[in-house]
Amino acid sequence: MGVGRRMKKQGAPEPLSEEHFAKLKRKHGIPVDDVPAEAPSTKKRRTQKKTEKAVKNTASKPSAKQSNGTKKTAPKGKPQKARAPASDSDDQMMDDEFNDSDLEIGSGSDDEMKLGSDFISSDEDSVYDSDQEATSGKKEKFVFSDDEDEDEEDREEKLTAANIEGLSKKLDAQRAKEAAENEVEMRDAAIQTNIDGDKPNVLDEDDEEDDLANKTKTLLAPDLQMLRTRITETIRVLEDFAELAEEGRDRAEYTNQLLKDICSYYGYNEFLAEKLMNLFSPREAFAFFEANETARPVVLRTNTLRTHRRDLAQALINRGVTLEPVGKWSKVGLQVFESQVPLGATPEYLAGHYILQAASSFLPVMALCPQENERCLDMASAPGGKTTHMAALMKNTGVIFANDPSKARAKGLIGNIHRLGVRNTIVCNYDAREFPRVMGGFDRVLLDAPCSGTGVIAKDPSVKTNRDEKDFLQLPHLQKQLLLAAIDSVNHASKTGGYLVYSTCSVAVEENEQVVAYALSRRPNVRLVDTGLTFGKEGFTSYMGKEFHPSLKLTRRYYPHLFNVDGFFVAKFQKVGPTPPNAVLANGKKDNNARPAESVEIVDKTPIRTEEEEEKEEAFADFDDEADKEYIERAKRNAMRRRGLDPRALKKGEKKEKKAEPKEDEKEEQKSEEEKEAPKEKTEKKAKKAEKAEKSEKVEVSKEKKQEKEKAPKEKSSSKEKTKEEVKEKTKEKKKVKAKK
Amino acid sequence: MRPLTDAEMKTVLDKLANYMSDLKSLIAPLEDGDRYVFRLNHSRVYYVKLSIANLATSISRDNLLSLGTCLGKMTKTGKFRLHITALPILAQGARHKIWVKENGAQPFLYGSNVVKAHVGRWSEDCPEHQGCVVLSMSDVPLGFGVTARSTAEARRLDPTGIVCFRQADCGEYLRDEDTLFAG
Repeated sequence: MGVGRRMKKQGAPEPLSEEHFAKLKRKHGIPVDDVPAEAPSTKKRRTQKKTEKAVKNTASKPSAKQSNGTKKTAPKGKPQKARAPASDSDDQMMDDEFNDSDLEIGSGSDDEMKLGSDFISSDEDSVYDSDQEATSGKKEKFVFSDDEDEDEEDREEKLTAANIEGLSKKLDAQRAKEAAENEVEMRDAAIQTNIDGDKPNVLDEDDEEDDLANKTKTLLAPDLQMLRTRITETIRVLEDFAELAEEGRDRAEYTNQLLKDICSYYGYNEFLAEKLMNLFSPREAFAFFEANETARPVVLRTNTLRTHRRDLAQALINRGVTLEPVGKWSKVGLQVFESQVPLGATPEYLAGHYILQAASSFLPVMALCPQENERCLDMASAPGGKTTHMAALMKNTGVIFANDPSKARAKGLIGNIHRLGVRNTIVCNYDAREFPRVMGGFDRVLLDAPCSGTGVIAKDPSVKTNRDEKDFLQLPHLQKQLLLAAIDSVNHASKTGGYLVYSTCSVAVEENEQVVAYALSRRPNVRLVDTGLTFGKEGFTSYMGKEFHPSLKLTRRYYPHLFNVDGFFVAKFQKVGPTPPNAVLANGKKDNNARPAESVEIVDKTPIRTEEEEEKEEAFADFDDEADKEYIERAKRNAMRRRGLDPRALKKGEKKEKKAEPKEDEKEEQKSEEEKEAPKEKTEKKAKKAEKAEKSEKVEVSKEKKQEKEKAPKEKSSSKEKTKEEVKEKTKEKKKVKAKK
Repeated sequence: MRPLTDAEMKTVLDKLANYMSDLKSLIAPLEDGDRYVFRLNHSRVYYVKLSIANLATSISRDNLLSLGTCLGKMTKTGKFRLHITALPILAQGARHKIWVKENGAQPFLYGSNVVKAHVGRWSEDCPEHQGCVVLSMSDVPLGFGVTARSTAEARRLDPTGIVCFRQADCGEYLRDEDTLFAG
């Protein structure tokens, strides 16, 4: 609210009236001298549009409060007048309350009257003069300074051909408000009536038994007007469900109705409509769908390698293009309103001074912020708007690898690169998932992933009907692979970089937050950082039961109905360490070049001790073998049962082992534990289990270690060569076991 | 991708010498030690920095589409044909220039030859059949061509006489976008 237009148009406000102070005094119980009534102002008012608005807000409140159900009519003016001077100490608060409420409603009624004066049916003059004001009551005393100011404003507005449309729209709005106000009045009237008129009757009848009726309904063309009103009504109900919902109807029915209506009105398939609706509240969803019907403004980006924005703007204006800077957030963007010449064929375009590019496409490159003399990669660069933007920011230094998997689209990419005078680019034609293999160690990587295009429905309406569940499974899969490849291509030790930007032109969570969360889970060496973009909605940290990492707050979402740019998503990563070993690569294979963890298991790092030292160690370690045995037996049996093996088979083997046990005490070396595996054990089924047990200290289960000790037949050190071979065999078997798991 | 052979190099430089005054500046070493080199890939000649060319060696020949700036194409008979993409390099060191008036820029971009009526000014002492760069009045390069007459003779021409044969213009980026670049 605040100071607003009035100050700008008319200067300082009028001095406050005595009435105002008198009223305040009365409110606070201070005795008041009889104040002369203010002379009726001679301001002329044509219609009170803004007063209506101000009044409407206040009117609804007191009307709710009001319990005595006094009708608001002209006579109210008189009781107000009578009350004003009379109200003193007693019942001041109450009276004043009534006065206030009456006043507000009274002015509302006055407005109604004056509104009536604009209608053909009314008798009064359309011009409001001071006489009328005097007769309609001493409401001037109680006029709030706000109202007065706004009246003055209205009077400044003259009815001209230019603003007749705007004014008549205001009239319509006024009328609508008046109607709503009447409704409110009626509702609050003391008498309980069973009129259901205020609850919108949106839902269809239950139980459509007649198939024929259904079929005919689907064949008929939808009545767009009816659909639209039904949509707005349903949204209204959903917003204020407690009050406006019909009896016995739950929220889901209304939501389903809304979904169906949106599908038929805008032409979406149900899957996509539901997916998009789930992103927003009903009203916001409606705004989103509406925004997808109109095209976003045409935007062009100045090529700073060849010209400056000011010079370009001047040149284009000379050619007859109406344009202005796209916003404070960009120094190179120009938004075009209308153009007499084709923008894609001006001499400036051909000379490479600008490129036609959507405003949202500036964002990932702005987030990436490539520096001079860096090595950058653009994994999906056609048609080349972002690549050339990067080159402009790098001032033609460094190197950019512009990759595109499609050769046909790469032609346009090369064309744009040459036209805009970019010299530091290498254009290649790989499937982007091959990337760290072809070349790695980039300072910055940009991945503008192929997506479902739910953010650019305004540009491509076929998305409304073409997208279904399959797309939202295949595309995220590809995007995840690409993102992993991109992460692996970044050089974490880069002096100036180590950043990666992932962006899509989609608003679906499956393609945005979920892909980012996947990457964060698979690559613990990356983290999300702030994009550096000055505007944009934060990404979801939880959505429909799925929880994401809290750092997803740093990602940014863009919607057409909020920012007037295409739907977009930007996430900026920083790579802080090398890829962990055993990581799953983009092509789905394990990273076999990295040291596998298993080899570490085999390497025994315990120092080779002499026998004397071993005995000392033994004494130090305080294990109660007797008690441990029981636990170990039980664990063994459980493990076998889980695998479906017969626990009783153990007993047979144990008897044999017990004979060999006394010898084992001398040898506590882990190596010997790992070896063992007498052939007899192998033949038994528990060979598998034993192998698992063999994993020894590397495996956390200490029970199994103890198991090992017991079971391992004591093989003398002489047979160590043999054991080494066996060790190798064991590891192979272990791997098999692992693979089976 | 490979460097040019001597014969190829000679052809290219001869062609460029037609338009440019100072060829040495093309391959002169830069401040940071780097220099520009010529590379050939799929019969197209590219003009690119050495550091970038070295990085591009890791890309296989079939997958490498473009490198730096494409100057033109080596034909099968060994001749070299300049493309419009070479314009920035030509404009940098052009020996002879022709400035075209606003009303003449459009026809030139549509593909017709430069007519005397459209000429704003031209550089002095330009012999016949010499390569020249065509610029707009605001010094924006529009294309290049070959002079039809020497400057002295051109002065005596009537307004509809052709002053410069168009060889390449920026409009080709739209007209020939399918064929201009290796598919």
